[in-house]
Amino acid sequence: MLTINEVRKQFGSFTAVDGINLQIPKGEIFGLLGANGAGKTTTFRMILGLLTPSQGRITWNDKEISYETSDLIGYLPEERGLYPKLTVREQLIYLGQLRGMTRSQIQEQTDKWLKRFGAEEYLNKKVEALSKGNQQKIQFIAAVLHRPELLILDEPFSGLDPVNVELLKSAVHELKKEGTTIVFSSHRMEHVEELCQHLCIMHRGKSVVQGNLKEIKRSFGKKNVSVKADFDLTYLKDTAGVIKHRSTGDGIILQVDREEVAKDLFQAIQSKGFVRKFELEEPSLNDIFIEKVGVVHE
Amino acid sequence: MSKFMTVMMHTYRSKIKSKPFLITTLITIGLLFVITNMNEITKMFGEDEVSKIGVIDQTGDTLPALQTQLKQTSDDLKAEAFTKSESEAEKAVLDGKIEGFLILDRDASGIITGTYKAEDVTQQSLIADVELALQQIKNKSAAESIGLNQEQLAAIYSPVSFAKESLSDSAKSEEEAAQVYILVYVVLFFMYMAVMMYGSMIAVEVATEKSSRVMEILISSVSPVTQMFGKIFGIVLVALTQLALFVAGGFLAVKLNGQLSGSESIINELKLNEIPTSLIIYALVFFILGFFLYATLFAMLGSLISRVEEVNNLMTPVVIVIVAAFMIAMFGRENPESGFVAAASYFPLFTPMLMLLRVGMLSLPVWEVALGISVLIGAIFLFAIIGARVYRGGVLMYGNAPSLKLFKQALLLSKQEKKNTTDI
Repeated sequence: MLTINEVRKQFGSFTAVDGINLQIPKGEIFGLLGANGAGKTTTFRMILGLLTPSQGRITWNDKEISYETSDLIGYLPEERGLYPKLTVREQLIYLGQLRGMTRSQIQEQTDKWLKRFGAEEYLNKKVEALSKGNQQKIQFIAAVLHRPELLILDEPFSGLDPVNVELLKSAVHELKKEGTTIVFSSHRMEHVEELCQHLCIMHRGKSVVQGNLKEIKRSFGKKNVSVKADFDLTYLKDTAGVIKHRSTGDGIILQVDREEVAKDLFQAIQSKGFVRKFELEEPSLNDIFIEKVGVVHE
Repeated sequence: MSKFMTVMMHTYRSKIKSKPFLITTLITIGLLFVITNMNEITKMFGEDEVSKIGVIDQTGDTLPALQTQLKQTSDDLKAEAFTKSESEAEKAVLDGKIEGFLILDRDASGIITGTYKAEDVTQQSLIADVELALQQIKNKSAAESIGLNQEQLAAIYSPVSFAKESLSDSAKSEEEAAQVYILVYVVLFFMYMAVMMYGSMIAVEVATEKSSRVMEILISSVSPVTQMFGKIFGIVLVALTQLALFVAGGFLAVKLNGQLSGSESIINELKLNEIPTSLIIYALVFFILGFFLYATLFAMLGSLISRVEEVNNLMTPVVIVIVAAFMIAMFGRENPESGFVAAASYFPLFTPMLMLLRVGMLSLPVWEVALGISVLIGAIFLFAIIGARVYRGGVLMYGNAPSLKLFKQALLLSKQEKKNTTDI
């Protein structure tokens, strides 16, 4: 269990993280969302023990995190970094040894992961000769090589093609099944929705939304109504209770402040013509994010 | 294997295997062979060459004396009678049959004069030989003309017996001072080389890890302090390996030289085997301590920059410091007693060179040497503590050229991170 208790981090007069409280149980995938500069990386660095909180405590299984516990933790930094001149093998051996592994353990894990990612042929290639996607796979392997109990992934999917994203996602799922606790940040909302049960949206160092994904969505109140029809739908935006609307190619998505508005909308279109689609949707995480943070996040 | 060892061995292995290391080591050992065997190499080229000069003897009887004289002094120079005219002699010179020709004559008072003509008069040693031989013939004939015999002549020209002795028991003899100077010179040279090569190696290591962002993973698994010292010790190990190779290479080169030229080997000539053991130990101690001092300095500076290209900017001030130490050492060689040198020898960055110079040239009381070593060790610890702090902060900072402001920022950042500074 990872516990973050009233943690604050100040750099001079600037407050990067302002009173964060999180409890992440073992075997959970936890999502940390936020715009650039929201304090995600600082939070991660504090979890890793690279930075010391100005206030508050972070513990892993009730123990303070320090270099004594670092063998239990895996880290995939946002800024990818490997030794460009070393081969994949040398690289993984060094990084593995630094996490307290023996050579034979490293060998075994390296073989397993390279095979899984279909990257066996890169074992003796220099990292600088690999494509970005492949470098990222190696970086991921370096983070999970020592079978960490706690895995921190800072933007793990950025810059990957869809095939590799799926590959990495399934690896993350599998690690979760094996009991690894995973904290990850992403700006791709669909990844967070797909992977996490719990999440926290950070804004300017503060936690603005936090909790179970389903509960967050339910308590958000607002819902989306997606309509597709053979006639013009834009007049629907004037219906009472519609907050926002967005035109799609052949229809409209309306954000409504409560479920009842959907009934009014349904009434309003009934006799107008052929309706291809009428659906009441849960709000997307993207909607919640934009609402809470107040900025558009790509 | 502890993480310290992992970092150390990783640094060591990756450097030992690198091409620059192999190339510099091989070139230096090659140079050592060339330099120590320089006497044999020059012999190889110049041995069979005997220069001939023609002599137009207008005095009629000086040539045989000149020939005997030349035979004694220089075995690569021969004088032969040239019986034809001066213009033909000139032609012979231009044809390359003779190096040049000498016209011997007597002036009004009957004293021998010589005029040497050659294509150019740049062959200093040849001309000097001829001139010296002629001078001696002149002296001899002048002496004979006033009735001096050989013994009397020899008595006039024998050098005076002049010896220098120092009254203080502990003062160093001139010979000892010369040996010390060689040793100090060698240590200074190695110091300079070591700082240039390995210092920048450390800074480049740190900067590479920062610029490739491996640093973030590294510091999440190993404390920056462990990392910094692992790196420094790794590089020290590289330096020692290289030094050992140089010493072994030098030893073989000298051995080879000894075999080639018999007793006149370079060891005997420089009397290197007579350097007191204590001085060699001091030299080693000062070298190693000095190296650590500069290595720590470089690791600290390296952590402040974010790109490898900036390493050169950092090198300059440190190189200036070493050159300054070198200059003071030059000055100190002439004036080892100078108060300025004494004061400078307690400035940690100068101590390795200057204290060694003073230990060698003067008879320093033990406490002074001990104080010098303590200052050095103290400075190493101080630099290590500051370095470790700056390193902690520095490795997480990116951008900006190195500056004092950056240094302060790094210190500030790491001050807040006191928690882990003790985990080595």
